[in-house]
Amino acid sequence: MSKGASAAALTSQGWAPQSWSARYRLRLKRRRLMWRCLRARHQLTPCADRTSDIRAQDILLVAVLRNEITRLPHFLQYYRDLGVSHFLIVDNGSTDGSTAFLATQPDVSLWETKASYRDSRFGVDWAGWLLMRYGHGHWCLTVDADEILTYPHVDQRSLHELTTWLDQQGQRAFGAMMLDMYPKGAIGAVPYVAGTDPFVQLNWFDAQGYTWERQARYRNISIRGGARKRVFFAQEPEHAPHLHKVPLVRWDRRFAYVSSTHVALPQSLNRVFDARSRLPSGVLLHSKFLGGVIAKSAEEKQRRQHFTHADRYDAYYDSLIADPDLWCADSVRYRDWQQLEALGLMTRGDWV
Amino acid sequence: MSTVGILMLVHNALERAEDVARHWTASGCPVVVHVDRNVDGATFRKFRQSLASDPLIRFCKRHRCEWGTWGIVAASQSASALMLREFSEVRHVYLSSGSCLPLRPVQELVDYLAERPRTDFIESATTADVPWTVGGLDFERFTLRFPFSWKKHRRLFDRYVDLQRWLGVKRQIPAGLVPHMGSQWWCLTRQTLSAILEDPERPTYDRYFRKVWIPDESYYQTLARQYSTNIESRSLTLSKFDFQGKPHIFYDDHLQLLRRSDCFVARKIWSRADRLYQAFLTDSDGAMKKTEPNPGKIDRIFAKAVERRTRGRPGLYMQGRFPWHWASNSVASNPYSVFQGFSELFEDFEFWLARVSGARVHGHLFAPERAELADGSHMINGGLTDSARMRDYNCDSFLTNLIWNTRGERQCFQYGPRDSQDIRYTLARDPNAQISVISGAWAVPLFRSNQNFTELRREAARLQQVEASQLNALRAQETKARVRIWTMAEFIEAPMEPLQTILDELGPLTPRHLSEAPTMVNLTGFGQFLQNLKNQGMHPYLMGDFPVEHQGPVSMSKPPRKPYLVRK
Repeated sequence: MSKGASAAALTSQGWAPQSWSARYRLRLKRRRLMWRCLRARHQLTPCADRTSDIRAQDILLVAVLRNEITRLPHFLQYYRDLGVSHFLIVDNGSTDGSTAFLATQPDVSLWETKASYRDSRFGVDWAGWLLMRYGHGHWCLTVDADEILTYPHVDQRSLHELTTWLDQQGQRAFGAMMLDMYPKGAIGAVPYVAGTDPFVQLNWFDAQGYTWERQARYRNISIRGGARKRVFFAQEPEHAPHLHKVPLVRWDRRFAYVSSTHVALPQSLNRVFDARSRLPSGVLLHSKFLGGVIAKSAEEKQRRQHFTHADRYDAYYDSLIADPDLWCADSVRYRDWQQLEALGLMTRGDWV
Repeated sequence: MSTVGILMLVHNALERAEDVARHWTASGCPVVVHVDRNVDGATFRKFRQSLASDPLIRFCKRHRCEWGTWGIVAASQSASALMLREFSEVRHVYLSSGSCLPLRPVQELVDYLAERPRTDFIESATTADVPWTVGGLDFERFTLRFPFSWKKHRRLFDRYVDLQRWLGVKRQIPAGLVPHMGSQWWCLTRQTLSAILEDPERPTYDRYFRKVWIPDESYYQTLARQYSTNIESRSLTLSKFDFQGKPHIFYDDHLQLLRRSDCFVARKIWSRADRLYQAFLTDSDGAMKKTEPNPGKIDRIFAKAVERRTRGRPGLYMQGRFPWHWASNSVASNPYSVFQGFSELFEDFEFWLARVSGARVHGHLFAPERAELADGSHMINGGLTDSARMRDYNCDSFLTNLIWNTRGERQCFQYGPRDSQDIRYTLARDPNAQISVISGAWAVPLFRSNQNFTELRREAARLQQVEASQLNALRAQETKARVRIWTMAEFIEAPMEPLQTILDELGPLTPRHLSEAPTMVNLTGFGQFLQNLKNQGMHPYLMGDFPVEHQGPVSMSKPPRKPYLVRK
């Protein structure tokens, strides 16, 4: 929130006016990102190319992952049930059998790469290439393997209902907020059986304490908060993870994600959190704190592939490896989408 | 054969349209189908083939239909003409679309219309009387020309409208016509419909309406007024529109809602809503309910959803509704009180206030060291901690979160020029904030502290500057908070009166009359202290006039107790 800005200085959209040079710089940035995505195709080796099965109205899912064999069965099944017709997946050097598992799935097209995750902007370049090549004109959902999308009426209406409605409204994007889910007790103590719903065990979350700020550069609204900020970033809130995302977009080959799926260009795609646009929004249930996270954190700390300023996050990894308990007296137990809507974490907007 | 004929305008989801058409004919209603020219030939032929066996179904001449253009009217004209020619028993003609779904047994509709053989059901109102036009084109849709597609060439459309406005173009409305508008889904009697179609003036009317904006909402609505003897101005088709004028779509989860509406036909139905189609297309035995359609129930539910969405709950930031500075909703969800200078002037102000008011009284929530939460705790409802870094990272959120998380309990906190100033604009424009300021009281801690005078002087200058600009913000015109400002000199002259006013505002919990006052700090020598600052070239003025020899009330005498009666 810009402090003390007078109402008159802001445009009708609620943002300070942007100079043509700032807008042109954004355009250049978008072109540069498109170029990066185009280049990134050389790093991808197709393992199972079933993209000829994609039909015009299909909803596609794009993901970049590494060693996710425990989450994958539920992940694929969940999104199939929601109406995703085809999965475009980049496997970044898995060693746990994820590759073989994915290659046998009838609706998965798989690419492999051993290149650096960090150098491809944490997978965004790879995903960007697949979006550019196969996503043009489709509704595309770009998520990580530990993100499960939920939205108003999710039990009754599939993604087709949602995207058709958005089309009718002339909307090209759908916003969702990440919600860190955690168990009660030490996170290492929770058993998980592959294929089952991870949120049976990870069934607590922070319902309050989120902060919102407007970021003028890309005209997006940044949301931070949740368990990770409360426990790991209490002393440095400016480094706490962002929670706003634009995961579902009717893609055009000229679009580009800037950092993960938090921010997209052109910047009109980021308007999904605008109060007055009356759009529905969703929640990405984040299953990061499933039992395996401790071993994984130890590995990631060594690989240094996950953050731009890796040193900054050493303490974060150390506290994760220490098997912490994220639960606190104000945690709320997860029930269903109605609960998330009542808590104000998502909204149905005009989609009644 | 039934006396009700159905026109169906179809452009997609043909397999659903097929089911619905068969549902109508199964009850004896003849159906004329118009398929949009945009549907490709192969698909159309397959569709026609699948319905060819049904003797009650006809296909009319195809037109290209685009929203807002003449094609839709042309389609309904062709279909109507064919219906009237082919099926002579038909008395009422019902216009529907491929995404319409009959909610009640067809026979009920037939009976309902048979009881009203002369009534035309068509929503028809003059433009001045309808609130539902969207986009600012109400009467102008009849007086300007619209040759460009709104969907495909929006810019051209808008520019051409602007140009015509600038030129002052005004089309002549054909003599005798009074423009009316309404829902495009109507049910007309043979008499009225044939009068419209066979009018000798029809070429004139058609030529005129061809260039009217969204003619399907005005052509029949206007002309029916010419011929009908008995217009019932409502549509028998239930359809809901959102604020942009786009139809709401009904999904499987609306099943119960639609059942309760008692409407004959609803649109627009999501083509994959299997449960809805199954429930309503097979429900032939449905008990005969002689009830009037009651779309009011649905109206209320939709209105509630819209209300909740547009107004939101003030004070809770929702991700889908980031609040804007000038939004009419207040910033925080509940009233709260801010005290500036009180805890400096009184020894035990916080403790005293908590006792007499029953509110939760925090210290300086925005102090530079930490958020001084009530009772010295480090965490408060909703996992808010006292960390100054967390708070300052986004102090607006800190405040609104705190007030929301502790709703149901009045919150009070101290504020002052030493504290983080980022919050002050938020406080000033929040109508829920009740701000009481004793200006210049920041000098009291300095006066009582044990610091070198140079440091004191520097600090005093800084605090005075900060408070002066803060008071300006509070006195600004945009301020929405309830603000009271006393100079310190003014306040200590008669402290009980302002304290009483403040307590009265805190709510009914507080006692009517103050029986005990907080203890004021010893101000002996304060006047001299201020004079010393002046002598050093720093002029403290916010506290008002303090004569050097002013001793201040060292200890306040208690006000005399009111006499009271003890009742049994």
